Amino acid sequence: MNLRHLTTSIMAIGLFFMIACKSKPKDSEIMNTVSTAVQSIPGVTADVKDGVVTLSGTVSTDDEKMAAENAAKSVKDVKSVTNNIMVAPPAPPPTAPVAVTADDSLRMAVADVVKDFPGVKVDVNDGVLTVTGEEKASRWKTLKMALDALHPKKVDAKGLKVK
Amino acid sequence: MALQDKYKELIDTAQTSGVSNLQVAEQDGVLHINGTAPSGDVKDKLWDIYGKIDPNFLTGDVVMDIQVATAVSGAKLKVVTESSNLNIRKGPGTDQPIVGKAAHGEIVTLISKMNEQWWLIRTDGGAEGYAYAQYLQPV
Repeated sequence: MNLRHLTTSIMAIGLFFMIACKSKPKDSEIMNTVSTAVQSIPGVTADVKDGVVTLSGTVSTDDEKMAAENAAKSVKDVKSVTNNIMVAPPAPPPTAPVAVTADDSLRMAVADVVKDFPGVKVDVNDGVLTVTGEEKASRWKTLKMALDALHPKKVDAKGLKVK
Repeated sequence: MALQDKYKELIDTAQTSGVSNLQVAEQDGVLHINGTAPSGDVKDKLWDIYGKIDPNFLTGDVVMDIQVATAVSGAKLKVVTESSNLNIRKGPGTDQPIVGKAAHGEIVTLISKMNEQWWLIRTDGGAEGYAYAQYLQPV
């Protein structure tokens, strides 16, 4: 009886180890699943050792970094996740060009401005305001402020005589 | 960059005077300076510095638009025409009929801004309509 029990026990233990060995997840399998899980976040790479996932790479936001970590954690058999992802904000967009008012609306607005300056003429051409005539310095300053507020490309007053 | 050096004092002052939304950009040989000054005094100061660097603003290498932050609905505005009355019009445009006048130096109330040029105002006498913003200064 004892011998039979022992044999059964040994077989049972052997079977247990066989199952245990077989069911132990391989790092390569985890790797595949993790890689698929994080592939939606560009710039992230994953490495797996003994069920521990190490994430590396560079993303542009903290949200992406956390999303990659959560995606890796959600994979079956992952013991833990070491998140070495760097967050680097994207390069700032190139400076937007200065908005210049179109000639048609510029002409209308200029007409409103200069009607109170009888000695001054302002021509509009391709966003450039060319000022001619003559005006007192203080009045010209008022006019210049008003013209600049219309966002022209340039206010050329070389032809203006300031009294 | 040469222009930013030439107008360094102007740009520095704008930065240190609390001008918000400050935009300084050089384009086609012209320095564009836009922003909103915390008060009319700061705007005046910036224009004085600009006039000091470029006497009478004749060079034409700067286009500067400084708005004043205190010019908000309900603000009091002073009529700063040279000497004449300020026309108050039915709509935003000099082709619009005149519905009232505000005297030189009179204080009026800003109701809203149609745009940077035309502001809807009300006088203490009750006249309401659009006036040209260049003749209105926040007080």
